[in-house]
Amino acid sequence: MEERHSMEQKGSEVIVVTSGKGGVGKTTTTANVGTGLAKLGKKVCLIDTDIGLRNLDVVMGLENRIVYNLVDVVEGNCRVKQALIRDKRHPGLYLMPSAQTRDKTAVSPGQMVKVIDHLKEQFDYIILDCPAGIEQGFQNAIAGANRALVVTTPEVSAIRDADRIIGLLEANGFQQMDLIINRLRMDMVRRGDMMSAQDVVDILAIPMIGIIPDDENVVVATNQGEPLVGSSSPAGQAYANVVHRVDGKEVPFLNFDKSISFWTRVTGIFHKA
Amino acid sequence: MRHFFRRKSSCQIAKDRLKILLISDRVNCSPEMMELIKMDIAKVISKYMKIDADNMEIQINTKGNKLGRGGKMPSLYAHIPIVDVAANQDVVSK
Repeated sequence: MEERHSMEQKGSEVIVVTSGKGGVGKTTTTANVGTGLAKLGKKVCLIDTDIGLRNLDVVMGLENRIVYNLVDVVEGNCRVKQALIRDKRHPGLYLMPSAQTRDKTAVSPGQMVKVIDHLKEQFDYIILDCPAGIEQGFQNAIAGANRALVVTTPEVSAIRDADRIIGLLEANGFQQMDLIINRLRMDMVRRGDMMSAQDVVDILAIPMIGIIPDDENVVVATNQGEPLVGSSSPAGQAYANVVHRVDGKEVPFLNFDKSISFWTRVTGIFHKA
Repeated sequence: MRHFFRRKSSCQIAKDRLKILLISDRVNCSPEMMELIKMDIAKVISKYMKIDADNMEIQINTKGNKLGRGGKMPSLYAHIPIVDVAANQDVVSK
């Protein structure tokens, strides 16, 4: 009891990463923010709540180490600890994988809260990767969370879904919601063919915590199963800044407008080497 | 200022579409219904003063501030240009 109390005083945060629309970068964001926080020395647990379509394990490169999963935990087939996979590359980083052969109804919001309450005792940050949609999977993912990262891309469909999600989060009593704008292309913004980050913030009207530039290194990182947070790539830098902001530090936003040619040069050097 | 001969940028089109879309999404109220509400409001106000109904705008924000978030209660904002306040004063005096 004593330990839990001190942990909560330090502020054990439960963050749900959500978007409404699929394919905008929830899982990538979960993996990068989680890995980044672990690199800062935090104890982090990532939970994949997308039952039936698990992905986070693959993005993290931990797919071969799964023995038990979230459904096993709630059904009592194993203890919480047994289902946690330790990421050997980053001390303090753990993954609770989802089940691939079951569906959303295998877990209830109440059961999620119980699992999270148990994990809160041991972790500084618990980050939940939410499935797309607003059905039970979403309800499960937000049940135990006290904070949300809303991921969107600068497209009409993604922003519309994000707006819906923000409304639902508000209705569920969320006080802290932060926006991550993913896959922004400054060249298109300059041409007037893409909404700028400011346009998106004006529409959704929640605080922005990060702008992630469209970066092919994200695909490379996913191929390799190693999140790119902290690397020299534009997205790696942007995610590193998001991590600091999630951790409560103020970091100025990167100016991709200026740095594009610079980064092209930097990556050019690496490609030659 | 945007030149007349230039096409509207696709960014601007996206923003305009989203603006309309989100208003109806946020209040679960169709654009047709918004148009009906607008017409009824115009009719009522017209009883008391002369308004420019063509340039009238109504909008429902789910939340308080002008960006559309902050408070909890949805509220209806009407922008009604008044042409002549004194018109139809006799109706009021009755």
